[in-house]
Amino acid sequence: MILRHESHHHPLSEKAGHHSHGRLERVLRAGKFAVTTELAPPDSAQAEDVFELARVFDGYVDGMNATDGSGAHCHMSSVAMCALLTNVGYSPVMQISCRDKNRIAIQGDVLGAAAMGVSNVLCLSGDGVQVGDHPEAKPVFDLDSMSLLATIKTMRDEACFLSGRKITSPPKMFLGAAENPSAPPFDFRPHRLAKKIAAGANFIQTQYIFDVEQLRVFMDKAGEMGLLEKCFILPGVGPLASAKTASWIRTNVPGVYIPDRIISRLAGASDQKNEGQKICIELIQQIREIAGVSGIHIMAYRQEEAVAEIVRQSGVLEGRVPWYPGCEDQECLEANL
Amino acid sequence: MYYFRKWSVTHSRKLETLYRFFEPVFMALHPLWNTAGYDRVEKPVRIVEKVVKNLMFDCQMCGQCVLGSTGMSCPMNCPKSLRNGPCGGVRLNGHCEVTPEMVCVWVEAWRGSRNMRGNEAIQRVQPPVNHAYKDSSSWLRVVRQKSATSQNEGRP
Repeated sequence: MILRHESHHHPLSEKAGHHSHGRLERVLRAGKFAVTTELAPPDSAQAEDVFELARVFDGYVDGMNATDGSGAHCHMSSVAMCALLTNVGYSPVMQISCRDKNRIAIQGDVLGAAAMGVSNVLCLSGDGVQVGDHPEAKPVFDLDSMSLLATIKTMRDEACFLSGRKITSPPKMFLGAAENPSAPPFDFRPHRLAKKIAAGANFIQTQYIFDVEQLRVFMDKAGEMGLLEKCFILPGVGPLASAKTASWIRTNVPGVYIPDRIISRLAGASDQKNEGQKICIELIQQIREIAGVSGIHIMAYRQEEAVAEIVRQSGVLEGRVPWYPGCEDQECLEANL
Repeated sequence: MYYFRKWSVTHSRKLETLYRFFEPVFMALHPLWNTAGYDRVEKPVRIVEKVVKNLMFDCQMCGQCVLGSTGMSCPMNCPKSLRNGPCGGVRLNGHCEVTPEMVCVWVEAWRGSRNMRGNEAIQRVQPPVNHAYKDSSSWLRVVRQKSATSQNEGRP
């Protein structure tokens, strides 16, 4: 039971060679297969709603991404969600989208988040406003995902703002970025990965992968370019609820490509939801075998309750129990020191 | 114009050569600009630059041109103003997520950059746009900055 007003947060001890005090970085640097997931923020002003969402992942994930107006829809802010979650000891990944805030607001948020103990950020450009519930909003895009990475890296490593002004206590952030091996221009994608690493990315979470072969080609190229030693890569996967949902996503969600064979497999199943989860588990197992893959990012929008079972059946944790509030597993508690 | 914009990407190598010839000429004119006063020549140069680059690249006059690093495809035509590469939403046919009738400016940038001698320039991490430079001449800014750097070289 999480008590809303009782803070369990105490920063983990500093570790040599680590950028952050966070648990996600620890798991990855220890060479363990990490599991992250996505937390869809509530359309409410209740802190308990956030905790309720987080609780379904307890014991199965090392980090959860608090999305920042995903799909250009308005929800509770990622910075506030991360503050709430960090306060009870979770290791959230704060997503920052360049669509809604300029460089002044973003840098302020990064400092504020770090002050509240947030130690992971994911730098995103963001979906266009046209796909959201406020298509009439002004798209900001003052920075792009790449210059956002470079900005936070400067704040962290050189202790100054973009303007050059000094920061007295820099934000110790583990820096993340997104990649989409399934979107054109395909040849450019590994080079774009190189560029993101040069800009400061420590870890990468990808868009949904449904074509493992395509991911393998991307990873092979990244390996040839010597990129796999420079950052942790967590490919994205997710369960599809039905063939109809899959077709809808393919048509309407930018950057998600679902091969016909997956849609026909779903359509031919008697229990489509179950089949979608089976496909997801198989994808995780295949992706895990690819050289250079450090973990998996599971995005199960509106199927959050299925994540634990997917992780369990995939076997990727190999008996390991990621930390959660109230966890009593000895190994998990020791890892938390 | 969209037609010319695509032409420019296709002929990125020729334009790169032209730029390489054009830049020293412009640089050599530094004493002239300096005597006349950069502020005074800003307006006529800007007008010429705007007409030429608008026609060829659909230039948005950001005032800090990076065409040499973007395969001669102007990144300011990206609806998200991305100056460092495509977003993850590019459609399978290579078109833009926001403006479906347009080919993604970064699909074009990658195509253009492959033809260029300086094809590694696309890997350079571009700093955020300086919005104070909007609607000013990028050509004059380059000359001014390069002249200042060369004059300062050798100084203690």
